[in-house]
Amino acid sequence: MHAHLDPSPPPRLARLRPAVFPVLVLGLLEAWARTIGHGSDAIAPPTAAIEALAGAMRDGSLLRGTAFTLGAAALGLVLGSLPGIAIGTVLGLSRRATAASFLSVELFRPIPSVALIPLAMLAFGFGLGMEVSVVAFATFWPMLILSQAAARQVEPGWLEVARALQLGRADRLTKVVLPAMVPRLFVALRLGVAIALVVAVTVEIAANPNGMGYAMMIAQQSLEPALMLAWLFWIGVVGYAVNAATLAMQRRVAARMGEVSK
Amino acid sequence: MTAAELPAPARVSRRDTVTDWRAALASLPLLGAVLGIWWLASHGHWVSKVFLPTPEATGASLLDGLVGGELAAFTAATVGRMVAGWMAASLLGIVVGVLIGTSAAARAWIGPTLELVRPLPASAVMPLAISIFGLSGRMVLAVVAFGAMWPVLLATVHGLASVHEGLREVARSLQLNRLAFVAKIGLPNAMPDILAGMRLSMTVSLIVSVVGEMIASQPGLGQAILLAARSFRAADLFAGIVLLGAIGFVSNALLATAERRLLAWQHA
Repeated sequence: MHAHLDPSPPPRLARLRPAVFPVLVLGLLEAWARTIGHGSDAIAPPTAAIEALAGAMRDGSLLRGTAFTLGAAALGLVLGSLPGIAIGTVLGLSRRATAASFLSVELFRPIPSVALIPLAMLAFGFGLGMEVSVVAFATFWPMLILSQAAARQVEPGWLEVARALQLGRADRLTKVVLPAMVPRLFVALRLGVAIALVVAVTVEIAANPNGMGYAMMIAQQSLEPALMLAWLFWIGVVGYAVNAATLAMQRRVAARMGEVSK
Repeated sequence: MTAAELPAPARVSRRDTVTDWRAALASLPLLGAVLGIWWLASHGHWVSKVFLPTPEATGASLLDGLVGGELAAFTAATVGRMVAGWMAASLLGIVVGVLIGTSAAARAWIGPTLELVRPLPASAVMPLAISIFGLSGRMVLAVVAFGAMWPVLLATVHGLASVHEGLREVARSLQLNRLAFVAKIGLPNAMPDILAGMRLSMTVSLIVSVVGEMIASQPGLGQAILLAARSFRAADLFAGIVLLGAIGFVSNALLATAERRLLAWQHA
């Protein structure tokens, strides 16, 4: 907004600009941890964290933890979004179904997913089952709501075409409605992926002794700040990479099947 | 949890309360059916009683806990934590958002870092916060404020960046300084985004508060339901879940109403 405030450096340097702030922070952290904060249980020098990360990579714990978390998140997402999309599509197509389910949706949806962690623990014990079930619950609702919107926003003209062609219910759904929903469904799926990962890590930090979240918790409890920061950094990297990958996928789908206009 | 956790709440439109009531009435049968299935499943032992109490037992546990027991105090503690964290997050989000949103330099230098940190699950910061603050209420509050800040911060930045060029010119010709621009044009323009962000951030606050209570054993519903599960008190566990759902429902409804009132000038 204030053009004179924009200190545009030459293009090649400008590309480095986003890195300046984090490097500065990391540098200060390094200096602080090596001097005043030496021996802190909370903050380790970033270089030590990188060493710890390399160590976790070598002994396989990094791969194991990441695989568990991503696997649980993916499985939970599938189990949550399939019924979510199915029910959402029905609700989006039928006013009657929407009216009949109004209270049930409004009352069950606000239950915070983490409130189900103790219940899942009781039902499944520790392990994959509890994590997958909580992720499934957490992704079910947004997928339901967004597919409902996607089904409702199918171009009315296309539904008329289906009627003119006298397509049956099944044909109308598979040949007209679902294909028309695809771009919006991918937008929903991108959100679902983000939620699944966040909830999976949260379940591990709160209860489940598996995966990246638990590894970080254990590093904290055994007073290894370098390893803890290494995991924090790694969880950030994984989250960023997963988000970037789903964004790229959604863009590719949008390019092939049409942009989602609000 | 990050902003990505939930779909951005849709802008609230003015709805007829009469149709709302009618819709609620029309949807009673399905809700009744769901509760009926719960009743059958628990009484008919389709599912083990260990983790599925009967609706009556849940109701009794809810009543006992709220009237003579600790549930009322736990609910108050969780709500207090959620609201305090949410207010801190909103304030922090708006202030940092304004600082970044009004300065092209800040947007260019710090913006990319924020994009990098944003997808980080708020709960992942908890171990670090425990190392710094210990297992305390302050720790939970800090993580709630950090995690719930993002929706408000991003909404503020976006709302300020989307000020119409014509309004900018008005500000320039009136020679408004940066503070006056923010107060008189920027924030009013960003208001719908900020309110939607604050609604999302309330949801995040509740989630992180509950997780924090579970990990740090702070008094509240999070701790209560974890203890109930550990001692196989399924009815108490369900009572806690019901209360958490109620907190989510009521806080969201209150904020939606507030949003409608505060934005009434836009529709006028």
